[in-house]
Amino acid sequence: MSATPVDTHAVDSSKRTWIITSTCAGAVGAAAVAVPFISTFQPSERAKAAGAAVEVDLADIKPGEKKTVEWRGKPVWIVRRTAEQLAALTGLSGALADPESKRKPSELTPAYARNEGRSIKPEFFVAVGICTHLGCSPSDKFQVGAQASLPDDWKGGFLCPCHGSTFDMAGRVFKNKPAPDNLEVPPHMYLSDSKLLIGEDKKA
Amino acid sequence: MAEMKVISPNAPAGARLLNWVDNRFPLSQLYNDHLGQYYAPKNLNFFYVFGALSILVLAIQIITGIFLVMHYKPDAALAFGSVEYIMRDVPWGWLIRYMHSTGASAFFIVVYMHMFRGLIYGSYRKPRELVWIFGCAIFLCLMAEAFMGYLLPWGQMSYWGAQVIVNLFAAVPFVGPDLALLIRGDYVVGDATLNRFFSFHVIAVPLVLLGLVVAHIIALHEVGSNNPDGVEIKATKGADGNPLDGIPFHPFYTVHDIFAASMFFMVFTAIIFFAPEFGGYFLEYNNFIPADPLKTPLHIAPVWYFTPYYSMLRAITDEMMLVLIACVWGGALVAVLRGKLAVLFKIVILGAAVVVTAMMLSTDAKFWGVVVMGGAVVILFFLPWLDNSAVKSIRYRPSWHLYVYAVFVVNFVVLAYLGVQPPSAIGERISQVGTLYYFGFFLLMPWWSSMGDTKPVPSRVNFAPH
Repeated sequence: MSATPVDTHAVDSSKRTWIITSTCAGAVGAAAVAVPFISTFQPSERAKAAGAAVEVDLADIKPGEKKTVEWRGKPVWIVRRTAEQLAALTGLSGALADPESKRKPSELTPAYARNEGRSIKPEFFVAVGICTHLGCSPSDKFQVGAQASLPDDWKGGFLCPCHGSTFDMAGRVFKNKPAPDNLEVPPHMYLSDSKLLIGEDKKA
Repeated sequence: MAEMKVISPNAPAGARLLNWVDNRFPLSQLYNDHLGQYYAPKNLNFFYVFGALSILVLAIQIITGIFLVMHYKPDAALAFGSVEYIMRDVPWGWLIRYMHSTGASAFFIVVYMHMFRGLIYGSYRKPRELVWIFGCAIFLCLMAEAFMGYLLPWGQMSYWGAQVIVNLFAAVPFVGPDLALLIRGDYVVGDATLNRFFSFHVIAVPLVLLGLVVAHIIALHEVGSNNPDGVEIKATKGADGNPLDGIPFHPFYTVHDIFAASMFFMVFTAIIFFAPEFGGYFLEYNNFIPADPLKTPLHIAPVWYFTPYYSMLRAITDEMMLVLIACVWGGALVAVLRGKLAVLFKIVILGAAVVVTAMMLSTDAKFWGVVVMGGAVVILFFLPWLDNSAVKSIRYRPSWHLYVYAVFVVNFVVLAYLGVQPPSAIGERISQVGTLYYFGFFLLMPWWSSMGDTKPVPSRVNFAPH
């Protein structure tokens, strides 16, 4: 390789100035045109409108069973917990990452669910069935005892099949798992003893 | 404009036509630059067929893709059905679809082999840095292409795979949730997501990919091919100005590549006809169930070619973060205590370590999992500047380097295996060790690659004519 001589040609600075100016003006124009293109990536008006509240009938859920309804395209679980499952919630605190639902309370846990069972009525647990790690839907692991992918002293709860995060029967995440937070409790309220409304609460 | 070349009016019609074209378009020159007079080293071995094979697979994917688009419907309500329609009702549709789905896995097999070749023979070293960088960009495009294409059949794995990967972006601090929303175009993966992935998969990414392939080849033909000895053949030229150890690409290597293509097609067609799902590795069983946004399959795993990176993502837990923080401090302390640096620079390093530690403690492990997964690919771009060895090829490096590379390959395969398995405590530990080795291999390369005694590199390549 031979060294290329440096070009000593004089720069016409007035031309250079105009080239820089017009290039900058062109770049601003191109950036402005890019805005509508990028904006098309946002959710459409139709997608935004599809967020109405959902009514759920609780009468047909037996103790220890779970019902799943769709709200804003997400699965929402209504779990009717048995007395044993509720009793198992106490004494887990040491193994949980956020037993008292203190993290991101405005996003994850409405004020009326900021208790040990994370629910209005202890019997019915309502949560968005989407793992706070990467959005998979955890599976039911209500059976107590040792089983695949779970600790031997398992007391019932949920297991995310994607990355192995585990949650107790109140959707509280166990420590040292990929999921950082407890499952989201959506805004909800009781219309009567057997009718639940998901997506709205009294505060709203 | 170049001067018009005049050819004898008595020349054959073909020669006159070529002359007519050459006076208007550099056809003969392009042919000579890239095939007829492109001198490739004589000693290229088996590993050098994978570049040509990846062009072959690219052609298969483009041609089959064009025909699939004629029957496919990018609509959340119709997509799954239209793929089944291609499989059952479109004449020979099953063949074209299986060629495309098998082609995706074949692409990664040949590209991983191609990259491995570059790694062991030092093909990324000066002056081939840009060839390597264009290649890494092609690899990134290929990953994007594969990921977005996998959503299109709208099966359970398509849906939940996309859900997981898009949610990776939500882990970015501050802007994450809005970014994920912008990618999905809806609050969950839905019709809007399917449509935009379709657009990216069939036109946007392939255009970028083709441009990069052209850049990769132009850069390669500018500097010339490396070879298993890592000897620069341009350093020894004959009287005619051509490298003595080189041979025109055509017909010597075109014949080699056609033979390799024949072998490739035997395996490729055998898979298409006898095992198109390849035991659930090329087409996962759960993807024959239509997407259900309310139910995640019991075991979800990406397709095999993403699993090494997926394992690294899963490896980053809170415990692993403590190990990573220890690594940051280990690196900083070595730099401060052993490095020959100005005092001010050492203070900056310590300050940076404190800042990084604070960030690592204040942000979720989930985000760092994403950083590790992305970093595992991005780090490849820096390889030309990480390798400090005095020689290019593994053949002339200290013998123990061979083991470092062998462990790297085994480690990559183990990570890939763990990525398809359900999460387990022992698997998590192994993938954490594997992640550390993967990054240690690259980040410590400036040191380990310069250690040991290299063997003398010959001035000419090792080649014995048959």
